[in-house]
Amino acid sequence: MKALLIRDLMLAIRAGGGFGLGLAFFLIVTVLVPFGVGPQTELLSRIAPGILWIGALLACLLSLDRILALDWEDGSLDLLATAPLPMEGIVSIKALAHWITTGLPLVLAAPVLGVLLSLPVPAYQWVVISLAVGTPALSVIGTFGAALTVGLKRGGLLMSLLVLPLYVPTLIFGAEVARRGAEGLTVQTPLLLLAGISFGVIALLPFASAAVLRINLR
Amino acid sequence: MSLWEYANPVKFIRTTDKVLPWIWALTGICLLTGLVWGFFFTPDDFRQGSTVKIIYIHVPSALMAINAWLMMLVASLVWIVRRHHVSALAARAAAPVGAVMTMIALATGAFWGQPMWGTWWAWDPRLTSFLILFLFYLGYMALWEAIENDDTAADLTSILCLVGSVFAILSRYAVNFWNQGLHQGATLSLDKEENISDVFWFPLLVCIAGFVLLFIALVFLRTQTEIRARRTRALLAREGQA
Amino acid sequence: MVLTVRDLAVTRGGLAILEGVSFDLSAGEALVLRGPNGIGKTTLLRSVAGLQPPEGGTVTRAEDQIAYAAHSNGLKAMLSVTENLKFWASVFGLSDIEPALEAFDLKELRNRMAGTLSAGQKRRLGLARLMVTGRPIWVLDEPTVSLDVASVALFAEAVRRHLQGGGSALMATHIDLGLDEARVLDLTPFKAAPRTRQMDEAFL
Repeated sequence: MKALLIRDLMLAIRAGGGFGLGLAFFLIVTVLVPFGVGPQTELLSRIAPGILWIGALLACLLSLDRILALDWEDGSLDLLATAPLPMEGIVSIKALAHWITTGLPLVLAAPVLGVLLSLPVPAYQWVVISLAVGTPALSVIGTFGAALTVGLKRGGLLMSLLVLPLYVPTLIFGAEVARRGAEGLTVQTPLLLLAGISFGVIALLPFASAAVLRINLR
Repeated sequence: MSLWEYANPVKFIRTTDKVLPWIWALTGICLLTGLVWGFFFTPDDFRQGSTVKIIYIHVPSALMAINAWLMMLVASLVWIVRRHHVSALAARAAAPVGAVMTMIALATGAFWGQPMWGTWWAWDPRLTSFLILFLFYLGYMALWEAIENDDTAADLTSILCLVGSVFAILSRYAVNFWNQGLHQGATLSLDKEENISDVFWFPLLVCIAGFVLLFIALVFLRTQTEIRARRTRALLAREGQA
Repeated sequence: MVLTVRDLAVTRGGLAILEGVSFDLSAGEALVLRGPNGIGKTTLLRSVAGLQPPEGGTVTRAEDQIAYAAHSNGLKAMLSVTENLKFWASVFGLSDIEPALEAFDLKELRNRMAGTLSAGQKRRLGLARLMVTGRPIWVLDEPTVSLDVASVALFAEAVRRHLQGGGSALMATHIDLGLDEARVLDLTPFKAAPRTRQMDEAFL
């Protein structure tokens, strides 16, 4: 299991794309928003928490098809399926690798991009905390979507259609934490609910992903 | 004589062929009575005027939008546990019907909302949940279409349906939390005191019965079509091999 | 018996292709499957490896005994030869990759990126992977594709040593490996009578 994680991380670093691409996409989305809505600081600072969450979510989505598709194409997935690793473990590790290469950099980059959007000062910590708690759920749910569409030739668009509705609760609670933080309200309830979703999907969804992957492999 | 006997495709087609005309007839009677009664023989609401009459389409379609998904969930479970083809195909057949019901509920809601709330659309929790439900229907149907192998498609879509149901419920609560909303309380509830008055209630019940029958008829018909399509493919495959 | 196959039936694309296939494989034994293209060798091997549920019949084997190698090698272009092998070794709980490098003459290539190898070299690396699994039953699908004569000899030697060490091998190949001890099973007689799968028969 550890070997698989190390291999995936190594591949992400060497093949470029892994760390850089999602971050660059996040940056571009954040830069484009003021072009779209105008440069007024008050407006930007009000929508900043939401924009950061949407940007992170889209950046996450962009890299989902790499989670399993590459291993599918070169036959590694077949070989992994016959290896002494449980399929649930494989998909969990894949999701973890995706989070480390995509989610974690987004969490770290969010405050920097917050400056561009004049994010209110009290909101910084809550944006970072909500992303740190919420992005693992995005990776795990995304892995489920990737497993569903792994055998399909043009699965990317379909995967977005499948995954985005599943992202709704995470997005709502995550953005709510950030928004309330920005307004100086108490964040406890949405934060607990967000954490609940994250832990819930981490605990349960790998079983569904593994089942789906087994079906796709046969 | 067990219920599972109808899981045989040929038997299913034979049985539904016999009952379908009756269901269609009942559907017609119920819808006609319910709608005419509701539209022309009920008084205007003292506050909402005649716009209230949109309730006779809005509420039944909204009910069926949710119940269609529930039916798909049950059918998916049956497929996963007992692997009856008719079950998987019925789930597939119900999805577009459910999606259209959701669309009708959303559209009639918009027509109702315009005079009442002064807006076609508001990010009210109920409206938003239905929009999300509609997205789930789209994803489910797209996955069915995308996969060539019938059994793989049935397996994957039923797991998507299970996972989707959990997330649909989560979304419902999340959306509630996110915005408290404008929508009036439930029209139907078990507590008699809260219900709308009997004048509106009886024609509404007839309309709901009509929509349920319409749904059953459409699902039967579409399942038959799916079965026949599968049968055609199986026959073609056999010919190609011989 | 390390592997017993009884009355196996497999399907591909909704059509029955093989039925009634039975064979045994014991330790130290090799079995070569032959038959024309499309007879179902790959599908049969996938069923034996447990990747695909068979349509009928049984495959009896102990848990975690099979090392499977398919048409594609499962190599990562951006990892070196050593890293690729080390990865698979640790997945299977082993660490020593030297014998595998030795057996397939990969020592000089060890630090090259797998993506820069030729097709034959990649294949050798893919086969070397079998040796780091430590599993007794090798299930090989066309193992000699894109190998030259010398490499085929290397491969045959590796199989022979594996058999002598108490392992066994089940492979689909057209090439004569010069393995005298290998039995041959021609799959042509097991070609299924034209019919659809049982699953589809309910629809007819």
